[in-house]
Amino acid sequence: MHIVVCIKQVPDSAQIRVHPVTNTIMRQGVPAIVNPYDLYALEEALRLKDRYRGRITALCMGPPQAEAALRKALAFGADEAILLTDRAFAGADTLATSYALSAAIRQIHQGLPVDLVFAGKQTIDGDTAQVGPGIATRLDMQLLTYVSKIVSLDLAAREVVVHRRSEGGVQVLKTSLPALITVLEGINEMRFASLTDMFRAERHRLTTWNKDDAHIEDATKIGLKGSPTAVSKVFAPTATNRRAEIIETQSGQPVDLAATLVAKLFSQRPEVALAMKPSSTHDSRGSA
Amino acid sequence: MTSSPTPQAPPRPAGRRAPKLDERLAGYKGVWVFVEYERGQVHPVSWELLGEGRKLADTLKVDLAAVVLGPPDPAIRASCDQAIQYGADLCYLACDPVLKDYRNAPYTAVLTELVNRYLPEILLLGATTLGRDLAGSVATTLKTGLTADCTGLAIDAENRGLAATRPTFGGSLLCTIVTLNYRPQMATIRPRVMAMPTASPDRTGRVIEHPLALVEDSVVTKILEFVPDNHSAEANLPFADIIVSGGRGMKRQENFRLIHDLARVLGAEVGASRPAVQAGWAGVDRQVGQSGKTVRPRLYIAAGISGAVQHRVGMDKSDVIIAINEDANAPIFDFAHYGIVGNAMTILPALTQAFTEHLRTLKRAC
Repeated sequence: MHIVVCIKQVPDSAQIRVHPVTNTIMRQGVPAIVNPYDLYALEEALRLKDRYRGRITALCMGPPQAEAALRKALAFGADEAILLTDRAFAGADTLATSYALSAAIRQIHQGLPVDLVFAGKQTIDGDTAQVGPGIATRLDMQLLTYVSKIVSLDLAAREVVVHRRSEGGVQVLKTSLPALITVLEGINEMRFASLTDMFRAERHRLTTWNKDDAHIEDATKIGLKGSPTAVSKVFAPTATNRRAEIIETQSGQPVDLAATLVAKLFSQRPEVALAMKPSSTHDSRGSA
Repeated sequence: MTSSPTPQAPPRPAGRRAPKLDERLAGYKGVWVFVEYERGQVHPVSWELLGEGRKLADTLKVDLAAVVLGPPDPAIRASCDQAIQYGADLCYLACDPVLKDYRNAPYTAVLTELVNRYLPEILLLGATTLGRDLAGSVATTLKTGLTADCTGLAIDAENRGLAATRPTFGGSLLCTIVTLNYRPQMATIRPRVMAMPTASPDRTGRVIEHPLALVEDSVVTKILEFVPDNHSAEANLPFADIIVSGGRGMKRQENFRLIHDLARVLGAEVGASRPAVQAGWAGVDRQVGQSGKTVRPRLYIAAGISGAVQHRVGMDKSDVIIAINEDANAPIFDFAHYGIVGNAMTILPALTQAFTEHLRTLKRAC
């Protein structure tokens, strides 16, 4: 069994700050991390490997420093790591990204046939959840998104059964390999890296591929050129012309502040009170 | 694992617009909304998108079409009529027993076929688990641009292109994305981002049936079972009337009890900001914001939440926002309606008490 796990190195978005005057991103000191959703994908692949044996190849597209993300994947137990890096990939949107990654996976498949591709449900920087479906579509693999559980894997019959989160419930789906699975957060709990694997990760020679190594012949399909979308502007949200009415009282005591606020709310916005009535027969939805 | 128009993208000249459209693409006309029909019901996000699509179509002076895919049952016909009542001029209907439940491959094939046959210039889908799964595959098959989780849509007056705005950099800033020489221009929008339009029962429109002949045996993925949810916050939060949310300023897990106390008195759902969820004080399904749920309740009470863009885009369409924060300069006071500058740990219990008393008086008055 051979699993490819797609990972991305992202800035820790919880630590990104915007410069209050220039409205530009302050990148300095923002640590790069492995996209947290991808770690669930890696762990799920490792669990399958624990049960069925086989190999795990971690694949990451990004700048040379994204190597750190792959070393982390190796430390957790991935067998092989490939960094897809080329200046020609810069500025790729989701369509161009899925093109490059699918070319790389095709190339990996030439070396050792791929049974499953795993990815996180989305990244924390782009939040689009589009690259997984894009890769599956390009490789003509069965696509299983938002998977909350892998119920069974039958390598002989080449079948996998999963739970997929859908609107209003869970679909139990059975499909054939090869398949691409994007996993939901909380599907598992990440293991600790073993000391042996940590040492191995340090010494491991990463494979680095540029666009030629990935056999990408059509340079018009990657990077900025291959991207149908373009960012036309980046801006801070416009200030609303309201500023909260700050409740103040003479005493400044919580009890007085609360009483003043509640009285004001009920007199100025009585419609809100309707929503609070526990025995209300009003259906207040959908009338906006 | 995704990258959108990414933070790594080299800066483009400011104010860049899509170039003049190729002639071969000029034949793409009209705004489409994919109507999410499942198990006899339409997801409300589809109606919200028809309301927004109506505005885009009016600006462009083109038709607004609803696209309904599903099994050939009577309820699906009613959905077409409903779509017209919510603003569509016409409805494309493609029915086949194979489309009974959502599966990526047949839905992608049929929606792609419809786009290639009728050539819409804009295609909108809800950013649900279904819509995101389908949109990614359809955009890749059509080799066109897709902007995910938009918070605003507009038409560029000069070139009639779609300008889609969404949060970027983990929700610290907003960016506007255009599609260059590719059609259709695709976008997904989350439930509750757009307002629910009012249905007009007297609106009429055409229903165009697109014949299909799908073969179940050619669909690889099979549905073994569907297990419906019992009502969880996952489903309830976006449609809650009142939400009480806590953030980093709540300081400790124990203090979240104060949020729950107030929520109970108001009959409200409990929400949380991303830092509070990351600290483990509330479950992931309670998270409000760009990386959580988008909500638009009658009343939103934010305690110990500073109001970063990432949170703001998920809740600033609430009718009334009350903010409690120790920092008088916190951004949340720039878009809340009422504010109390103070320690949430002392204000919240006082507020719970004040609401309890006030509601008791109201009840007596009734």
